[in-house]
Amino acid sequence: MQRIGVFVCHCGSNIAATVDVKKVVEMVAMEPGVVHAEDYQYMCSEAGQAKIAEAVKEKNLTGIVVCSCSPRMHENTFRTAAKRAGINPYMVEIANIREHCSWIHKNVEEATEKAVILARAAIAKVNLNAPLFPGESRVTKRALVIGGGIAGIQTALDIADAGYEVDIVEKTPSIGGRMSQLDKTFPTLDCSACILTPKMVEAAAHEKITIYTYSEVEKVSGFVGDFTVDIRKKARSVDANKCTGCGVCQEKCPSKKAPSEFNRGLNTRSAIYTPFAQAIPNVPVIDRDACIKFKTGKCGVCEKVCQAGAIDYTQQDEIVTQKYGAIVVATGFDTIKLDNYDEYAYNQSKDVITSLELERIMNAAGPTKGHLERLSDGKHPHEIVFVQCVGSRCSDNRGKSYCSKICCMYTAKHAMLIRDKYPDVNVTVFYIDVRTPGKNFDEFYRRAVEEYGVNYVKGQVGKVIPQPNGKLLVQGSDLLDNKQIFKEADMVVLATAIEPEASVRQIATMLTASIDTNNFLTEAHPKLRPVESPTAGVFLSGVCQGPKDIPETVAQAGAAAVKAIGLLAKDKLTTNPCTAKADELMCNGCSTCANVCPYGAISYEEKEVNDHGIRETRRIAVVNNALCQGCGACTVTCPSGAMDLQGFSNRQIIAEVDAICR
Amino acid sequence: MSSAKNQAERIKEISGVNPLKCMKCGKCSATCPAFNEMDIKPHQFVSYVLNGDIDALANSKSLWKCLSCFACVERCPRDVQPGRLIDAARQLVIRQKGQTGLAPEEIPELLDEDLPQQLLMSAFRRYRR
Repeated sequence: MQRIGVFVCHCGSNIAATVDVKKVVEMVAMEPGVVHAEDYQYMCSEAGQAKIAEAVKEKNLTGIVVCSCSPRMHENTFRTAAKRAGINPYMVEIANIREHCSWIHKNVEEATEKAVILARAAIAKVNLNAPLFPGESRVTKRALVIGGGIAGIQTALDIADAGYEVDIVEKTPSIGGRMSQLDKTFPTLDCSACILTPKMVEAAAHEKITIYTYSEVEKVSGFVGDFTVDIRKKARSVDANKCTGCGVCQEKCPSKKAPSEFNRGLNTRSAIYTPFAQAIPNVPVIDRDACIKFKTGKCGVCEKVCQAGAIDYTQQDEIVTQKYGAIVVATGFDTIKLDNYDEYAYNQSKDVITSLELERIMNAAGPTKGHLERLSDGKHPHEIVFVQCVGSRCSDNRGKSYCSKICCMYTAKHAMLIRDKYPDVNVTVFYIDVRTPGKNFDEFYRRAVEEYGVNYVKGQVGKVIPQPNGKLLVQGSDLLDNKQIFKEADMVVLATAIEPEASVRQIATMLTASIDTNNFLTEAHPKLRPVESPTAGVFLSGVCQGPKDIPETVAQAGAAAVKAIGLLAKDKLTTNPCTAKADELMCNGCSTCANVCPYGAISYEEKEVNDHGIRETRRIAVVNNALCQGCGACTVTCPSGAMDLQGFSNRQIIAEVDAICR
Repeated sequence: MSSAKNQAERIKEISGVNPLKCMKCGKCSATCPAFNEMDIKPHQFVSYVLNGDIDALANSKSLWKCLSCFACVERCPRDVQPGRLIDAARQLVIRQKGQTGLAPEEIPELLDEDLPQQLLMSAFRRYRR
């Protein structure tokens, strides 16, 4: 029989206002094995922990039950306290009487009864607990960063600067990401490329960084400290070692009709291409779907003009397998499709564009060479209307429920840049709210209004009607004047909602990292662990976690890097001892457990066993403790009941159920 | 019909609309084809119901100028559907007047040559499917 101490926490009024804690102490004192029970205002505080240590010493306790908040909150606190007091940490159980009880009930009598029952179950379990000892696993001192935008580049640079090897995997032919598509950045209006390209070059030149472009993560196995990842390097059809980046192949390529992804489809590119002039690496790829040689077998112009002999039509995809200790996800975002928003006429008129398309139009390397012009007829516009919150803050299933966060600021930027360069252009912004929290952000927006004369109208646009004369009739609200406004515009720019890059779903599945209803990766704690995924060893950087601008992304990228470095700096990790174990005498070697194990942790061995005096060799399941995550799938699958989870044995769980039903 | 608060509750009940969802973007008023005919604008309908200012609503010109085209319902990003609120307010007034609604023989007399018949149109939209 164990000697159990029960400690009931008030959690201020969080528990004590709904649960009669004195009554709980009184009731549990009579439970089998309980030799000590007391309550205290904050059990997690230093004084509370001291009470536990004192009781351990005085009453010679062998087990501890803490009736408090969720084990996710303080299980570790109390296990550590137990260890200091000389008790095995796995002899501690938490009865969650806050989240599972006081927070969700109103009636004190009922809540108290439930708290007693939850405590009883924990006591029943501790009676069957046995000390457990964590093992150790190694840490591969190398990090993987998925995504080569500003988030991925910054994370990789920070990890590499700390002295660890980093690989960046980027699915497009160049690193740079969305930021490379932007013209200027708020709130300082410095040129995006001017601040990004030096970082791209730094990453490429860094001796600790390896960049895999035109590559995708295909398979992930293993666990924190010891991931094994397959990276598919898609066939470039160009030998990167031979290519000099002269660009003659792109110039001479006769197939020039593929829509340019980099310019958001506003113009076309050749079949052999680098996305933009400052691409890293400056090695083109052949888009095999657009290439005449690959489609018909005839052509081969690029091969003929390439002085370096770098063109290789026979190149195949290549799988690189690499081990990593930490993985950082930095997959970024895209703008939503506007098919559900017919009222803005995006699909009907070339002069209705998204803000990201405007970035390309404003950019000197863009489809119009930086001249502001209508895409329909190339004419200079005189009246431009910006529409905010297109698809953001929608609860009607057409758009996204969240605020995309960056639109207010980039619209102020666009409006200012246009007014600055073309004072003859009138700019009207229809807004619902102007949200500009951030250093120097509101000042920036006010400058657009006060210095640049941008006309901000409080109200949403109802519809955009293309006119026979080529103009766009914008019908909107002016809520402050209580008027309906009709404006004939030459161009309409839609501040389109952003959403996580579509590929993040697959990546999250491979990493077993959780994802929310909007496909944003979930953080381990929204306030206290914002750059860690709940999956150990997986960190989050940039918009894949939630909408954010460049300064925030860079800050978070650094934070994710620090977390990864903290992991890589360790030589060993302690492993969770709550792993599965097969009873050799009961196992019949049927393989059912191995088939359901999601971590590939179970294998079979021919083992000699002594079954009641009969020695024989049997096929028996063996669990790799480093791989086992303690999910328990094998224990419920095992037909002979040979599999058991240490710390959560079948007997312990039945005892808990019995205690609840008593 | 008793207090204004009760009337507002009735309107919410008939329409099935939660006016608290409104984020005051004004897309309803931006989209309304009868905007200029109205004294209380579509986006204001939401706040009038929220504030329990039902008498003003019941006596407004807008109540009978709304075409029940439901453009505001289609485009409302928050699913507040001001058109349904207007529709409900109209029904409230009608029910109050006749207690049991319109008698069929009254309808021809009430027909307005210049405007689509809101109640009929509303009824069709409301009970379609």
